[in-house]
Amino acid sequence: MWKWLHPYAKAERAYQLCNTLLPYFAVIAVLGILVGWVWGLAFAPADYQQKDSYRIIFIHVPSAIWSMGAYSSMAIAGLVALVWQIRNAQLAVIAIAPVGAAMTVIALLTGAAWGKPMWGAWWVWDARLTSELILLFLYLGVISLYHAFEDKRAGGKAASILALVGVVNLPIIHFSVEWWNTLHQGATITKFDTSAIDSSMFWPLMINILGFAGFLGAVTLIRLKTEILKSEQHRPWVKALAGGK
Amino acid sequence: MQFESLSEFFAMGGYAFYVWLSFGSCALIIIALVVSSIQEKRKLLQQVSAQSAREQRIEKAKLAKQQESQS
Repeated sequence: MWKWLHPYAKAERAYQLCNTLLPYFAVIAVLGILVGWVWGLAFAPADYQQKDSYRIIFIHVPSAIWSMGAYSSMAIAGLVALVWQIRNAQLAVIAIAPVGAAMTVIALLTGAAWGKPMWGAWWVWDARLTSELILLFLYLGVISLYHAFEDKRAGGKAASILALVGVVNLPIIHFSVEWWNTLHQGATITKFDTSAIDSSMFWPLMINILGFAGFLGAVTLIRLKTEILKSEQHRPWVKALAGGK
Repeated sequence: MQFESLSEFFAMGGYAFYVWLSFGSCALIIIALVVSSIQEKRKLLQQVSAQSAREQRIEKAKLAKQQESQS
């Protein structure tokens, strides 16, 4: 496996891999979000209690899930960067961070717009909401720490360490609805056995989650390509690429 | 379709403001991130090609100067 994996530590090979993967993620993103939104907004039935306001779930849950998914991927990349000293993994950390931050902002915004009609408040200092806000600050911390260093390798190292330390926040977000008394409702889809959600709402939600995953992957790949090019900009292969286009 | 008419669809059962605020801001953020990511890459490639063109010009000028002094 290592023999197969190792060439991707080379920047040019990693760049080619990004190019190969990008179209798949882009197609999943466009199709998933398009189908998911139309289905969720127009064809899924209204909730018996929350009526049409619940339709926010079709973007709130996917963005919240991937705000944490992106953070775990970023932390794994950070671990790889620190343990094996692989420069591309550092670049992956800084490529994911803005996308994860955007996911977190979407989750917070849609949560606020859902909370106002249902709870009567845009924001409450509730465990789930507060820990998600901390997640946003962690993302912003990783981004600014990376850019604070003149030496980008040192910056990448520092950002990776912060990304790893911040992992402690993930279980806090996930279990916050169980550990503390909270306004936020409990898990909806992770308990299949009790089926907290009807299949007429479950499938459009799943498609949206898939679409958001595609979006996260596609934009991360584009940003990773840029980061690879930036760190290799004095190499002949990048010059050839820039000259050719 | 869950709605009788288009205007009913936009009204979202009275929750129009909150639903469209969510979906609107989400779409805006998604589009902005995609556009800025693509632009960033394009700009970088332009910079690289401008830089290598400059290096080539310098190299050429050096060569011309050398030939001038030899002749």
